[in-house]
Amino acid sequence: MKAKVYVNLKPGVLDPQGKAIQHSVELLGFNGISDIRQGKYFEIGLDSALGEAAARESVSRMAREVLSNPITEDFSVEIEA
Amino acid sequence: MKFGVIVFPGSNCDHDAYHVISKHVGQPVDFIWHRDTNLSSYDAVIIPGGFSYGDYLRAGALARFSPVMNSVKKFAQSGRFVLGICNGFQILCEAGLLPGALIRNRELHFICEHIFVRVETADTAFTNELERGSVLRLPIAHAEGNYICDDDTFAALKREDRIIVRYCDKDGGVTDAANPNGSRDNIAGICNHERNVLGLMPHPERACEDLLGSSDGRGIFRSLAATLAAVA
Repeated sequence: MKAKVYVNLKPGVLDPQGKAIQHSVELLGFNGISDIRQGKYFEIGLDSALGEAAARESVSRMAREVLSNPITEDFSVEIEA
Repeated sequence: MKFGVIVFPGSNCDHDAYHVISKHVGQPVDFIWHRDTNLSSYDAVIIPGGFSYGDYLRAGALARFSPVMNSVKKFAQSGRFVLGICNGFQILCEAGLLPGALIRNRELHFICEHIFVRVETADTAFTNELERGSVLRLPIAHAEGNYICDDDTFAALKREDRIIVRYCDKDGGVTDAANPNGSRDNIAGICNHERNVLGLMPHPERACEDLLGSSDGRGIFRSLAATLAAVA
């Protein structure tokens, strides 16, 4: 079993890295880009015996307490069998 | 009075802090390895600058889980003094001992230069020997010093006089041009509600000798020493 955790800056939190990437991409000639925000992605291998509900609870707690800073970031969790 | 300087893997201003306490404050000081948990013999601890845990995940995020940090929390709750400088400020925010967060500088790059800050309050253990409105010239050296917090937190910081220093120009003008990293309201240092935990992005410990370009940092340590002397 595998968990995928996405951590993204909250809307409104300045993302200078995203802005710099957007600027570079536009210099290359890509058009129609309204915004680029950079986030983090974690893959967490899990013991299948955990079960999906317990895995989701455990990984969500991990995301809340360690992987993200709740002041600046939101997260989402996906569990794959 | 006795000081402790906490050392994480990746701390690199620990010796500067130690030097200032032993040489300029003239008081006993120990290094405290991050796996140690006994802080009972100390009156104040300094969480120094550096790159604890290589800034992995987020600056200060992993240091917060070091064994010593539980002790630092209890130490702070007991009313004793905690000074976090640069990475130390980031760690205190990650640990929830100070509100808000320090994110990537507005201009993205690492900034290493002398800047000016204005003392916004003399009503703390760390600034009582300084005058409100006075201007200090101190070095900064960080990539994540852009202080942010929500509106409620910001209102509380203002209402409770917890904004300690703000970035300014050499004459004390708090302007956007004098804001090196995009911090909200030019905030360079704050304290907690109880006023015994202080976080500072600038490095007063690197500005205690004229040879190093400024000795304006001494006032912070002189204030803390005066506070501890009065308590003892």
